Amino acid sequence: MIPSVAPAPHQRKNALARFSAHRLFASPGGVAGVIWLAALVAASLTAQWWLPYKTEDQDFTAVLSGPTAAHWLGTDELGRDLLSRIFAAAAGTLGTSLITVIVGVGLGTVLAMLAAAAGERVEAVISRVTEIMMSLPGTVIILAVIGAAGTNIPLIMAILGILISAGIYRVILGQAKSLQSQLYVDAAKVDGVSTLGISLRHVLPGLTNTIVVQSALIFAVGMLIQAGLAFIGFGPPIPQPSWGGMIQGASQHVYDAPWLMVPTGAVLALTVLAANAIGNALGKAPNTTASHLPSAAARRQRARAVAAVGAATTPSANPVADSDAAPANGQLSVRGLSVGVDGGPRLVTDVSFDVEQGTVLGLVGESGCGKTMTALSLLGLLPSGVAATGGQILWNGKNLAAATDREMEAIRGRDIALISQEPMRALDPMFTVGYQLTSAIRRLRKMGKADARKEARTLLEKVGIVDAERILKTYPHQISGGMAQRVAIALALSGRPRLLVADEPTTALDVTVQAEILSLLRSLVKDTGMSVVMVTHDLGVVADICDNVAVMYAGQVVESGRTANILDNPRHPYTLALLAADPHANSAADMPDRLATISGQVPQPKDWPTGCRFAARCQFAGSACAAPVPLLASGSEEGLVRCVKADELAVEGLEWLATEVPTHRVLKIVERDLA
Amino acid sequence: MSIKTVERQDTAAVAPEQPMLEVKELVVRYGRGRKAAALPAAVDGVSFSILPGETVGLVGESGSGKSTIGKAILGLQKSAGGTITFQGKDVTRAGAAERRALGGELRAVFQDPNSSLNPRQTIGASLAEPLRLRGVTAAEAREKAEAMLERVGLPREAVDRYPSQFSGGQRQRIAVARALICDPRLVVCDEAVSALDLSTQAQVLNLLADLRDELGLSYLFIAHDISVVQFLAQRVVVLYRGQVMESGPAAAVTEAPKHPFTQALVAASPVPRPAEQAHRRAVREALGVRTAAAVSASPGGCPFSQRCPLATELCTSERPALRRVGASDVACHYA
Repeated sequence: MIPSVAPAPHQRKNALARFSAHRLFASPGGVAGVIWLAALVAASLTAQWWLPYKTEDQDFTAVLSGPTAAHWLGTDELGRDLLSRIFAAAAGTLGTSLITVIVGVGLGTVLAMLAAAAGERVEAVISRVTEIMMSLPGTVIILAVIGAAGTNIPLIMAILGILISAGIYRVILGQAKSLQSQLYVDAAKVDGVSTLGISLRHVLPGLTNTIVVQSALIFAVGMLIQAGLAFIGFGPPIPQPSWGGMIQGASQHVYDAPWLMVPTGAVLALTVLAANAIGNALGKAPNTTASHLPSAAARRQRARAVAAVGAATTPSANPVADSDAAPANGQLSVRGLSVGVDGGPRLVTDVSFDVEQGTVLGLVGESGCGKTMTALSLLGLLPSGVAATGGQILWNGKNLAAATDREMEAIRGRDIALISQEPMRALDPMFTVGYQLTSAIRRLRKMGKADARKEARTLLEKVGIVDAERILKTYPHQISGGMAQRVAIALALSGRPRLLVADEPTTALDVTVQAEILSLLRSLVKDTGMSVVMVTHDLGVVADICDNVAVMYAGQVVESGRTANILDNPRHPYTLALLAADPHANSAADMPDRLATISGQVPQPKDWPTGCRFAARCQFAGSACAAPVPLLASGSEEGLVRCVKADELAVEGLEWLATEVPTHRVLKIVERDLA
Repeated sequence: MSIKTVERQDTAAVAPEQPMLEVKELVVRYGRGRKAAALPAAVDGVSFSILPGETVGLVGESGSGKSTIGKAILGLQKSAGGTITFQGKDVTRAGAAERRALGGELRAVFQDPNSSLNPRQTIGASLAEPLRLRGVTAAEAREKAEAMLERVGLPREAVDRYPSQFSGGQRQRIAVARALICDPRLVVCDEAVSALDLSTQAQVLNLLADLRDELGLSYLFIAHDISVVQFLAQRVVVLYRGQVMESGPAAAVTEAPKHPFTQALVAASPVPRPAEQAHRRAVREALGVRTAAAVSASPGGCPFSQRCPLATELCTSERPALRRVGASDVACHYA
């Protein structure tokens, strides 16, 4: 098997330099900043060869003049050429600011890496020390240093760096600690890589982005502080030019020669802006995470939306949900649903299924098959940039695919509720379980406070929580994962929904707890007559709780029907393959020496072929699979299957075979069996 | 590599008695000071051993201490008591230098393929790191990395790529390659396949089985899923709250569990056959195992006593010792 691997975009060794440089030169501000700083430094370093005047040359014919042909930027009160003085001072100003950057960022980074690597005690000591440093009045210390050692600019800038390092330490520590907890650091420790080696090889590269951004910002700060010191008279000794000293000089002629302030002020401002622009460009969206993962923003949005389900806010009247009568019907019928990225590929195509009242439908498949997208579209909770692009979601005859956000808000929580894989997402850590549950009940059922509290207790008992009164008073972080999922289910039930969308509700739980949650859901379905759409990758869960199942592959339903028919007698090769790959399908006695696998991976939406989407990985694929395959009756009850060879497979009773055991293994296996 | 394999089998044949790994009365506590000492230990007197070429499965719920045991063996977690002996050498308190001296014979594959490879290093650099530590030249390490990638079913060109260019299953193959690149004797697999989809999980399980038989490796296979464990393991150790409840041959533990907790664990694992699953569900409900309580059991007794349908006063007052029942060792007064 040769797995497909995206081609390496660049073969250059230094990934870091590559990422940073890319970001820097992709931003116009960053490019302008770099050009300005480079020009300034170059001009300043070569100043003695091209500048028209020496910095001390006085031209008494043109004192305090504006720009003239002889003095392009004018002159100061002693007739000295401004252009010459500004550029002559630039290298010194930039250079000494760099001292602050090196000392401040360097010390802060080293301390942070040391604290992260050496454990809690060392971290506590370093953190206390930096807190003391941050509480010291910086100006007073610098003035004291000047008093003791004179205006030694490099020394002053180094002291400033030490003072700033405490702040840098704070910024970098958290990141260094999270990098230290990565599994690849554990792997390196297992290798016996020394603490220093780990810090340099695995932690420092991860910090580079932050370090570079902070350096650019500290550079600007250093420049401003240095100019400020020169302004109050602690600059380089007169007549040596400095930007702060020149601004100070100009401030004395603000009324009689306002121009004097302009050139120096502008150059200082532009240089600070340039440093900040470079920092911004480098700090912009350092997208080092894998591209297939949702962005942090998308995840947050989804989390917010999920949290909102338990607490739908619009108090709009919904006659069915508000009446106390038992729900009349809860019929979900999805017809030809397509979900797509705005202006991008479709993620789900032409999905149809029905969920009768009081039944459980399983949506199964591997990750990337569109089952979660399908489920979220039922609630109108698709991530931003993704929308239902076609087909219908008929809920009691109303098309939810075309419903407005407002209409969906009235339905979410009341008619259709959600429980997700991570129950903590539905629970706000700031409030007690009781508060969250009663406020949801009060909103969704228009109950008084006391009644809602009573109802909350009843709901918790209904989801199998024995000491409901105690749990009501706890905060979400104080309860176990299984308990939290029960509370999340209680929260979902608070609006008495008639359809529960359960997105991998037991995946994060222990099997014993999973079994309890499945039993709970089964009894809720039986008692309340609600229906459930269960998204799962676990065929055992499907066998346990689902009446019907729709197997999804690459955004399509490839097989659907009664659970017993599909799991015991699969018609689609993908279902067949999934079952063959599942170690749960075998007991220890008849465990095979190799499990069946499916070669390759689920194709990306942009790579879906026009024909059968599974053909490239299918053991039975033939030439007929290149044409589009319709979903047809499979012959067992109302079952449907999307495979041109389904009948052939059923008649011949073909099996999805495990790949051959490599020959060098066969002998060992025989030996073991004999033993 | 093949020559080395032969040698290894010879040494294994000469000294079949010496276990690859021996864990004796291991105790691990989290936190420090008096407060931590008052809490129940994360791992509480666990003993087991792994023979050369043998795979031992470590199963249990979250919080049972199974991963902590793996970490203690790998030196990522300090132990508060007991000993860990690897190939006759005490590694309980081995530091970085002593770990290095093991010559890469004790390796690990972790759960999360997304964070077990440094995203800023090429695959080649990640794979070469353990070799470079042992003084292998860069060119030689690269050659070995390419060969190892091929061995786990990836193209040789993958050495120059970054982890983000691979899928989860491919990354886990790379993690396996990294673990095996310096010819280890024992690999600790901590939930090595739990984050993967079914078909990918099967690929990685097959790969682990192939490599074991080919290279004569030992595995400590840590997982919460007893069915996954029984595919690879010859022996299974079942943990509950840091203590061994049952240990024995995989078939005996999974097919005829003796301890009430093992019975509950096996019964709760769903099978993808609806009729059989309905039967298992009925069995599970008939077992009468209670939901996990927030409060922990009395320190002197059996940790499972609060959930156990068989529990009596004896169980809350006296911790049952492991004793032989059939082919397994079981820590239950009533097994």
